[in-house]
Amino acid sequence: MRDCIYLDNNATTKIDEEVLGAMMPYLTLYYGNPSSMHSFGGQVGKAVKTGREQVASLLGAEASEIIFTSCGTEGDNAAIRAALSAQPNKRHIITTEVEHPAVLNLCKNLEKQGYTVTYLSVDSQGRLDLDEVQASLTGNTALVSIMYANNETGVVFPVEQVGQMTKEYGALFHVDAVQAVGKIPLDMSNSSIDMLTLSGHKIHAPKGIGALYVRKGTRFRPSMVGGHQERGRRAGTENVAGIVALGKAAELAQAHLPNIAQERQLRDYLEQTILTLIPDTVVNGNPIERLPNTMNIGFKYIEGEAILLSMNQYGICASSGSACTSGSLEPSHVLRAMGLPYSVLHGSIRFSLSRFTTQDEIDRVIEVLPDTIARLRAMSPFNSDDASWLQEQEKAALAK
Amino acid sequence: MWEYTDKVMEFFYNPRNQGTITEKGEGQAITTGEVGSIACGDALRLHLKIDEATQIILDARFQTFGCASAIASSSALTELLVGKTLDEALSLTNKQIAEFLGGLPEEKMHCSVMGQEALEAAIFNYRGIPLDNHEDDEGALICRCFGVSDARIRRIVLENDLTTAEQVTNYVKAGGGCGSCLADIDDLIADIVTEKATAVAVATEVVKAKSAPKPLTNLQKINLIQQVLEEVRPALAQDGGDVDLFDVEGDLVKVILKGACGSCSSSTATLKMMIEARLRDRISPEITVIAV
Repeated sequence: MRDCIYLDNNATTKIDEEVLGAMMPYLTLYYGNPSSMHSFGGQVGKAVKTGREQVASLLGAEASEIIFTSCGTEGDNAAIRAALSAQPNKRHIITTEVEHPAVLNLCKNLEKQGYTVTYLSVDSQGRLDLDEVQASLTGNTALVSIMYANNETGVVFPVEQVGQMTKEYGALFHVDAVQAVGKIPLDMSNSSIDMLTLSGHKIHAPKGIGALYVRKGTRFRPSMVGGHQERGRRAGTENVAGIVALGKAAELAQAHLPNIAQERQLRDYLEQTILTLIPDTVVNGNPIERLPNTMNIGFKYIEGEAILLSMNQYGICASSGSACTSGSLEPSHVLRAMGLPYSVLHGSIRFSLSRFTTQDEIDRVIEVLPDTIARLRAMSPFNSDDASWLQEQEKAALAK
Repeated sequence: MWEYTDKVMEFFYNPRNQGTITEKGEGQAITTGEVGSIACGDALRLHLKIDEATQIILDARFQTFGCASAIASSSALTELLVGKTLDEALSLTNKQIAEFLGGLPEEKMHCSVMGQEALEAAIFNYRGIPLDNHEDDEGALICRCFGVSDARIRRIVLENDLTTAEQVTNYVKAGGGCGSCLADIDDLIADIVTEKATAVAVATEVVKAKSAPKPLTNLQKINLIQQVLEEVRPALAQDGGDVDLFDVEGDLVKVILKGACGSCSSSTATLKMMIEARLRDRISPEITVIAV
């Protein structure tokens, strides 16, 4: 595989060399079971303890508030189900239209089981309306579950404000922070969040490890029942190497946080240059209330998969909210919820940077992208000069 | 990531015949066909230059909004068209476009269908046949998300031997939105499969019967009669009636009219028009049908 310019870090990240180095001995030498009474297992137990402390430190939490999971989806599922089973008399959930499928599809399933779900809308910049949050809360609301930052646009929600409102109604507050962790400073010791999900492979740990923060004192009924691991809250022999890796990754992410502005600068430079050099191009999502590493650009009149495959020729990796890339035929639910016009919707590309992204890489993208976009635009029957067919269609789509 | 053939990627990276046609000579015509929409995520505007005397396609160009396989399919289509007469072009199927590219991923077959439909639209435009009246006129809208009628699904199922709703989604997108019409698509496929099986069986019997040098055996006759009764049964059922074969004596066929048919004044017409006419056609002009 040739070197690639990897700008798809919201999808997954590369494993940091240090993380790999830290976890490797737990795949080779130290294979003991942390639950064992002998010292061979005991030393492994200590590594798990260290990992837990490192994750807790990144979140400003206590070690006992961390439950290791297999991934972000598991964390989201466990949190939501735990919140509901702790309050069997409350049957209302509030979430948003732009959540990750791990939350959205679970909520749709719960609707079939008799729960009422409010899906909060977002504006054209992907932002929540706090008045709508307030108006949706009732005494019957068991849980509010919203994401900290959106995976596609990077738009950051005002979680603490939502959390305060949630408290007034006695509902639990879960936050899917899979995209925010390591990019935004978090402090659970001074927060209204009751439960928070994170995932290892988004912060340079391997796939297959995640964590769920559960505030001390929050009633938690486990989804996974079996042994006593994770103090009975998540049964199953620990993914020791994964936990060690996640711990190390958390430590490195915490150390990197003060330098996050560098990622933002590179991102802004890429974004501004694209907007300057390429006409008919828009930023999707609020440009200010946004993760420092994420940008979502709509290239009008052309389709996302064609853009991605054209960039792939130059080794540039990004992703798209277009229908053709997902195989689902419908474009991204996030961009649709923002009410973007179809001309933008299908041609939206997400670039997501990491601490490993370099100026050279960004310059290389800037070098090839304008021609790539121009080539595809020359093929398109839609353009800004002759928009008659397009306008007709946009109108028809709106009427529908 | 999709598994595209090298030829798809070649036609995506270096598409042939991209653009429009603006210039034409004496005795030549230019026509365009537009299908798809920006809402659906792909659209194709096909331009053809036609020699009016010979009806031969002299040039074909495309403008495509869509993914890599949509662009490759459009380009492939233009390559297939040049030099063909309009009638030859009309017989081109989406399958041939896909085959030209060494195949498309199943989920992307709708790209080849878009090519075929744009071609038809362009030729219909040239011939002055109103597009709204050609195939979407009859039959109900099945998929509201993508605006697909049962006539269009029927055609694509027959031309590509499709057997599942998922395939229909891959070919014409129907069912790919909210998914609420997937059950209707399943029903439609089941109907088409039954119709096809009946048509094939009847055709086989007719061929056998017609090519047989000697008169039909009673068993062959009975089989044919039973098939004809099967064919008319749905129509009778709509009026609450039914029909069964009672006996066959030489050229005399005795049937029992049941349900509403038994007392219906038009049952004689049913017997003569629907059943007897078909039997005379397929078995022998001497056949007479009576109700017992």
